[in-house]
Amino acid sequence: MDFEFTQQETAFRKEVEDFVKQELPPGWDEKIFRWPGGYGATPMFEANFKEFWDQSFRKLGSKGWLCLGWPTEYGGMASTMKQAIFNDVMSYYGAPAADVATSIVGPTILLVGSEEMKKEWLPKIARGDVRFWLGYSEPNAGSDLSSCQTKAYEEGDDLIINGQKIWSSGAHIADYAWLLARTDSTAKKHQGLSLMIVDNRTPGLTIRPIQNICGIHSFNEVFFDDVRIPKKHIVGEINKGFYYLMVALQFERIIMPIGAFRRILEELVKYVKETKRDGAMLGKNSRVRDKLATMAIELEILYGFYWRTAWLMDQGVAPVLESSALKLLGSELGQSFANAAMEILGPFGQLEKGSKWVPLKGMVSLGYLDSVSGPIGAGTSEVIRGIMATRGLGLPRI
Amino acid sequence: MDFELNEDQRMLKASVHHFLEKEFPKELIKKLYQSDDGYSSELWRKMAALGWMGLLVPEEYGGVGGSFLDLVVLVEEMGYNLCPGPFLSTVVLGGMTVLMSGNEEQKIDILPKLTRGEVKLTLALSEPNTIYDPSYIQVTATLDKDEYVIGGTKLFVPDANFADYFLCVARTERTPNPEEGITILLVDAKNPRTKCTLLRTLFNSKLCEIVFNDARVAKENVLGTVNLAWPTVTAIMEKAALVRCAEMIGGAQAAFDMALQYAKQRVQFDRPIGSFQAIQHHLANMWIDINGSRFLLYKAAWKMSSLIRASKEVAMAKARIGNVYRRVTTLGHQIFGGIGFTMEHDMHLYHRLSIEGDQAFGDQDFHREKVARELGL
Ligand SMILES: Cc1cc2nc3c(=O)[nH]c(=O)nc-3n(C[C@H](O)[C@H](O)[C@H](O)COP(=O)(O)OP(=O)(O)OC[C@H]3O[C@@H](n4cnc5c(N)ncnc54)[C@H](O)[C@@H]3O)c2cc1C
Repeated sequence: MDFEFTQQETAFRKEVEDFVKQELPPGWDEKIFRWPGGYGATPMFEANFKEFWDQSFRKLGSKGWLCLGWPTEYGGMASTMKQAIFNDVMSYYGAPAADVATSIVGPTILLVGSEEMKKEWLPKIARGDVRFWLGYSEPNAGSDLSSCQTKAYEEGDDLIINGQKIWSSGAHIADYAWLLARTDSTAKKHQGLSLMIVDNRTPGLTIRPIQNICGIHSFNEVFFDDVRIPKKHIVGEINKGFYYLMVALQFERIIMPIGAFRRILEELVKYVKETKRDGAMLGKNSRVRDKLATMAIELEILYGFYWRTAWLMDQGVAPVLESSALKLLGSELGQSFANAAMEILGPFGQLEKGSKWVPLKGMVSLGYLDSVSGPIGAGTSEVIRGIMATRGLGLPRI
Repeated sequence: MDFELNEDQRMLKASVHHFLEKEFPKELIKKLYQSDDGYSSELWRKMAALGWMGLLVPEEYGGVGGSFLDLVVLVEEMGYNLCPGPFLSTVVLGGMTVLMSGNEEQKIDILPKLTRGEVKLTLALSEPNTIYDPSYIQVTATLDKDEYVIGGTKLFVPDANFADYFLCVARTERTPNPEEGITILLVDAKNPRTKCTLLRTLFNSKLCEIVFNDARVAKENVLGTVNLAWPTVTAIMEKAALVRCAEMIGGAQAAFDMALQYAKQRVQFDRPIGSFQAIQHHLANMWIDINGSRFLLYKAAWKMSSLIRASKEVAMAKARIGNVYRRVTTLGHQIFGGIGFTMEHDMHLYHRLSIEGDQAFGDQDFHREKVARELGL
């Protein structure tokens, strides 16, 4: 056993740290730093931040930091551990680090894509040139993606797509859809689905905004009306989409913005050491101390699953239990951190960004709302526990 | 990073598991825990012969010279199999205290015997009025010529009924700083002016009261420096807390394994109960609880083995794992239904032990407060 980073990893961590401190524009924290564990207030899905995000991604791309976990032949460093270190540091500062393209599209293409597809897409993704949105959910297919009804039928060298997606985060600021659609209506539910890439500019594709409970436009509905794409945009083999998607879910886990939890705990500790209530420092209140200690312990456990998942992936293992636990605990921690912070701050917690007297840059009230979405997005907690029990622990399915 | 045990540790784990499974069938364990004499001297000698008692004792005193991490691996398996006996008290509370603060003569006298399984020790710290706070330690040791005279009552002393020596933590001087003026004295358990009474607890884990009625011990029996023993006591408590965590994680794993297996076999409504989501989610939660906190355990143990300060990690582990062990055995019972609520069944053994482990060497509140201090609060 060894819980230390290698010298090389430590040096890398420092390099990232130095870089991010130098790159972040003044006032960054105020503007962008958000609560972790949710999906509704992530700056990368918002139009206001698009320009900065695009710029940052190109810079990260030029340093080779968008594909750290990829094999060296595709420009990566073949180290999930480095990718995890990178995400940890960047998310501590609320800085751009990973997105749908780098963490889902790239790794899936690497695993199942044709040589041609790899050549076409991987370099663009690694350079930070292209932004994707995830087109899985539909009004009638949420947890049960095998009920996907959006259809894509073949016509010569093309596919014609008809249907509707929903909850499409960031579709309005992205370039391409990573789309799940039914390519064989006669096959069994799971066996007739394919993954494909669709250019947002294709005629017949319409994007309509949806506001989430944070008051942010992150979501969209996307309609497909005879949208024509070349067949070569099908990922891997036709009709294998559902299985690829299950594999891709694993990659998504390690991009959790874990450093933001660390940062928030630090900020709260600082706050209670500087704030007096009822004649005494908040930090002397035993209930406050107990809450913060609990938060620190739960966070340490989250880091345990985080590093362990990265380490296992570098050993070539696809860790179903560990990576599921990581997603589950991360989203629950987003909520328990928000609840604890609200209780510690008392009536100050509800104050919104921009209000007089607002503490911690208004993160807490926003986090309280956004953390609702953590256990829903990217697989609900109920579904993930089911996956752990059946695929991880070998319990029988119903 | 490396999340795996090394080759030697894997072998140790497997051999301990095998030995305990063979030598300590659950019937024997149940018999031992119900009797006042909660261990088997024959098996104790066998365990000593396997090098368990001397695992942490340096080779110069006849031991194995292993690492703290090795000990954690060993004890995790002991916890899995509910191995009874005064192991933790002898090896950690006694042996490690002697190793840390004994003089050469004391080490030569005690450690080889301890390694051979010929001597058993324990540490007497808590009292009716205080569990761990030095300000309230009321057992006193007063120097009278060449002897200390010890008076007062110690409580919850583990395995004192088997022990050959008590390491008694006593106040030898009143000082403004309560952490000073504390001394550890080595007291022969046969001293006629000590009286040991076994307390009845949930697992019957042999927690005792010791009354010192002006018991006299020679000045030479001071362990370490007079008046300056408190740092040793806290260091030992930290180690003991972590070793207890290892035992608890092992126990929780066993309870989980039993429940998982049962969920796959037990049929109701024409299907295995493990196909019901409510049961599946319980088991997923138990898995997360155990594996999440096992990380805390091993990180703390790794730090200790590497001689890096581990106070925060130990406190985190102990605060969390006591809670986890209790949760896991409670859910374990839930999954077994009625059959688990019988004396015949094994689950209650783990459930009993979970609350004792949670409260030993500082409970959750105690350790969360330590974590808060480590956070700078
Ligand atoms: C902020 C946010 C961002 C998102 N971004 C995207 C995106 O970019 N792209 C995209 O495709 N999707 C996105 N989603 C959609 C997300 O993946 C779905 O919301 C999620 O999969 C759940 O589907 P649903 O909302 O239809 O709920 P349902 O599936 O209808 O679930 C409702 C409730 O029923 C429970 N339930 C359902 N099935 C089971 C079962 N088998 N066992 C036990 N309980 C069950 C669920 O756990 C939940 O509690 C996003 C969601 C959120 C909240």
